[in-house]
Amino acid sequence: MITCELLVIGAGPAGLCSAITAAKSGASVVVLERSPDIGGQLIKQTHMFFGSKEQHASTRGVDIAEILREEIARYDIKLMLDTTALGIYEDGMVTALYKEEEYMKFKPGAIIVATGACERFLAFPNNDLPGVCGAGAVQTLMNVYGIMPAKDVVMLGAGNIGLIVSYQLMQAGVNVKCILDAAPKIGGYLVHASKVARMGVPIKTSHTVKRAIGEDHLTAVEIVALDDKFNQIPGTEEIIPADTLCVSVGLTPLCELLAMAGCKLSYIPQLGGMVPLKTGEYETSVPNIFVAGDTSGVEEASAAMVEGHIAGLCAAKRLGHIPEDFDAQYSSLNRQLMALRSGPAGEHIRQGLASACLNKEA
Amino acid sequence: MFEKTGIASPEMVLEKFPPLSRINKGKVAVLECYRRIPCNPCETACPFGAIEIGEDINNMPILHADKCSGCGICLTRCPGLAIMIVDTSASEEYAELTLPYEFRPLPKKGDTVFALSRSGEFVCEALVLSALNPKSFDRTPAVRIRVPKKHLYDVRNIALIDKEG
Repeated sequence: MITCELLVIGAGPAGLCSAITAAKSGASVVVLERSPDIGGQLIKQTHMFFGSKEQHASTRGVDIAEILREEIARYDIKLMLDTTALGIYEDGMVTALYKEEEYMKFKPGAIIVATGACERFLAFPNNDLPGVCGAGAVQTLMNVYGIMPAKDVVMLGAGNIGLIVSYQLMQAGVNVKCILDAAPKIGGYLVHASKVARMGVPIKTSHTVKRAIGEDHLTAVEIVALDDKFNQIPGTEEIIPADTLCVSVGLTPLCELLAMAGCKLSYIPQLGGMVPLKTGEYETSVPNIFVAGDTSGVEEASAAMVEGHIAGLCAAKRLGHIPEDFDAQYSSLNRQLMALRSGPAGEHIRQGLASACLNKEA
Repeated sequence: MFEKTGIASPEMVLEKFPPLSRINKGKVAVLECYRRIPCNPCETACPFGAIEIGEDINNMPILHADKCSGCGICLTRCPGLAIMIVDTSASEEYAELTLPYEFRPLPKKGDTVFALSRSGEFVCEALVLSALNPKSFDRTPAVRIRVPKKHLYDVRNIALIDKEG
């Protein structure tokens, strides 16, 4: 059994930032990461980030991962890669599996769960055909492993991920036939939409996939227009030859570990599904279990990093490591989050977070 | 329509351009940021204080064209690739546009390329005046092209001419 002060689960943007800030405050930190490398989704994000300079705006995600890697190395942070957290038990014990062969137990003073989110899928006929896959998977193949994932793609979903992955597919030389979205408006940032539009890719709002077509792999996609109540309009079907259909219909928080630990969860659609309730110090209903990033509400990575810093600061405080400028740090980080969320793009987040607020006394 | 297609209308585009009197004097930035999102690297990047976003990073950038030198630093820093540099001072006939272009291969000086509209349609042929990709641009190359002046407001992208047809 390994005893440690703070155990961070997940080495994505939220987990890494929480580890850095907690360690800066004086806590000794162990980070568990199921992948062979740190960075989470940052390592496949070849585009520049939005936000302001505190969140490394205008820097590419993949480079932010390197910046965080260098910072991690400067502090008392032990990284355990290829290590999947399996459970959080009533007595505060955490179990994990190293390289799918060695089980381990941890007894931490506090835990920050920063497990991120996973892609949602959509039900339609033949959605199990090879060639139908998540946009995130395609982005990983392309940007992490350098594999050209397709020749002709139909993208389903005009949120930021659908738009960005479409653009990156084109950078890799893949032909993007069109981008569909069931909603009547583009969900992602319109600057991203304009980037693909001027490459000649049509964005078809109020459209969805009717079925995937192919014998043993995808050869075409049948699309259909939707009315304002999302009903398919007969006669508007169109068959588009393609070898890949990318599904990018949103993300769902990964909060199974929190559920197992007994943290109060609530279904909050604006945050992506079931999410933990949390205090202003990012603590769940179970004392000493903190959360940060997409685990507690799907949002941009810039916000996940700031949340990580706050959770790290507050978890360290719980462990008795209180930096002299705690209040200044805490309020400055919250100001950053407010700035990121205060515009129209953050409206759903603001609504969602208002419902996820945990009142400790209640 | 913009919300459905991502293609800005000619009126929206015109509104973002500095007046012709300014463009006729030389290089100046066009900030095609049409919706409020939390983002301010253009303001941070500008060495002349010509781009103003202010306290709320969700504000849309305002260009103070009198302070803008057309240096193009903002063009390479904008995460939305929403900035280009325009200039009609060089000749009576042509406008020069500098566009971010993150594709390979990069065109070379002297090449002829297709100039494309905001919807990716062919507008005209264009001569490449330069294609710069120094380290400081951080992998967002800037391609300067020359197009007939009448297409100043229409061109926003390029495509290389496939020599094999």
